[in-house]
Amino acid sequence: MKYVDEYRDAETARALSTAITALCEPGRRYAFMEICGGHTHTIYKHGLEDHLPEAITLVHGPGCPVCVIPMGRVDDAIALAEQDGVIMTSFGDMMRVPGGRGSFLDSKAQGADIRMVYSPLDSLKIARKHPDKQVIFFAIGFETTTPSTAMTVLRAAAEGIDNFAVFCNHVRVTPAITAILESPDLRLDGFVGPGHVSTVIGCEPYEYVARDHGKPIVTSGFEPLDILTSIYQLMKQLAEGRCEVENEYARVVPWAGNPKALAVIDKVMEVRETFEWRGLGWIPDSAMRLRDAYAAFDAEKIYSVPGVRVADPTACQCGEVLRGAIKPWECKVFGTACTPETPIGTCMVSSEGACAAYYNYGRFSRSRVKAAAQS
Amino acid sequence: MCLGIPGEVIELMADHPDLAMVSVEGVKRAVNVGLLREDGNGHEPGRLDLIPGDWILIHVGFALSKIDEKEAKASLEWLTGVGDAYTDELDALAASDIT
Repeated sequence: MKYVDEYRDAETARALSTAITALCEPGRRYAFMEICGGHTHTIYKHGLEDHLPEAITLVHGPGCPVCVIPMGRVDDAIALAEQDGVIMTSFGDMMRVPGGRGSFLDSKAQGADIRMVYSPLDSLKIARKHPDKQVIFFAIGFETTTPSTAMTVLRAAAEGIDNFAVFCNHVRVTPAITAILESPDLRLDGFVGPGHVSTVIGCEPYEYVARDHGKPIVTSGFEPLDILTSIYQLMKQLAEGRCEVENEYARVVPWAGNPKALAVIDKVMEVRETFEWRGLGWIPDSAMRLRDAYAAFDAEKIYSVPGVRVADPTACQCGEVLRGAIKPWECKVFGTACTPETPIGTCMVSSEGACAAYYNYGRFSRSRVKAAAQS
Repeated sequence: MCLGIPGEVIELMADHPDLAMVSVEGVKRAVNVGLLREDGNGHEPGRLDLIPGDWILIHVGFALSKIDEKEAKASLEWLTGVGDAYTDELDALAASDIT
């Protein structure tokens, strides 16, 4: 297809690869983190690391909302789902995510009314249809899905629907970047910035990464050439001594994001003081909750949520994978006890998780691993 | 949930100002386009810069951005390469009814 050829042209890829190699300082190593799970997918599906010089390592970040949900929040949601008269609704991605005492699917099998929906508006429709039930939407996602939840709450309020509530787990991408920048076991030279999240928040929120932390960040599209171009832009900035936010995905991402979406989020939600992330721990200002004005739609205000805290399974190293401290295949259960069919950790459950991407494409180069182990 | 699915606007639904009928891989579905509408003045809704034939990127039933046809086709190719996650998402979208 001609459209795709433009984004996947092999000659352009080779030219970018050559240009990136030419920008490497002899003896210096570079590590760039791609934050978004969609980018991780492209990198492994197309074997992009094989197009990069040895000196460049790509580190996978925590940009998969299903992967970062702590087990305790899953248990809390299941406790809500098991209340009398409750219909719990959730995106399909969440159904298999294990909590401390099973997943939504397990709870559904034991009799809880848990339904998969495509959109929060589907949950609202279920609430309209079942006025005798309390319908709860398990809201999850970065800023890409947050405005959809906010719009749905506004619609419920406008229609006076009083049996619809949200269990809000929306997270924010920039506090996670800050947590990674402050992580002691990781040295990064820059970031490949998220694509879809940035259609909402724009590029300005990343400016502190360049200004205060001295790391360049390039918002990137999802095609192989987008990611190679973003890495070229990062390398060029470093070579020229610049440190800026650049937008490689300007064909979709406006610099100011979607102001309407931001306004809707701000109307309905506020920043939580802190929120727990799987693998990253408690991160200040990293999630959203409903404002008091919308407390009637807040499952955490309507019900007493247990606030379960569950330590991650000891065998699972998702936390280190999510921080970029280890590669998926370095986890001691990767591909043996933990596979997409029998996942232990969230990174293997979600198709956007780094472990599932590695497992499905098998693109990691063993010679590279060996070389890294010997260095 | 994180996948942005491109769709082509077929018609704006007159009785639902924030909904548009959109074709996604040949399947017609209602999509909420309220996030593309400018703020109103309190009396009238804001302007919606969207006409049939436009392409939009859809996340969980909401259009987040307008894109051109070239980007739409490239996104569809990328999604096809994602495999099961995309077919699951398309199945969920086909089962969805937000009208």
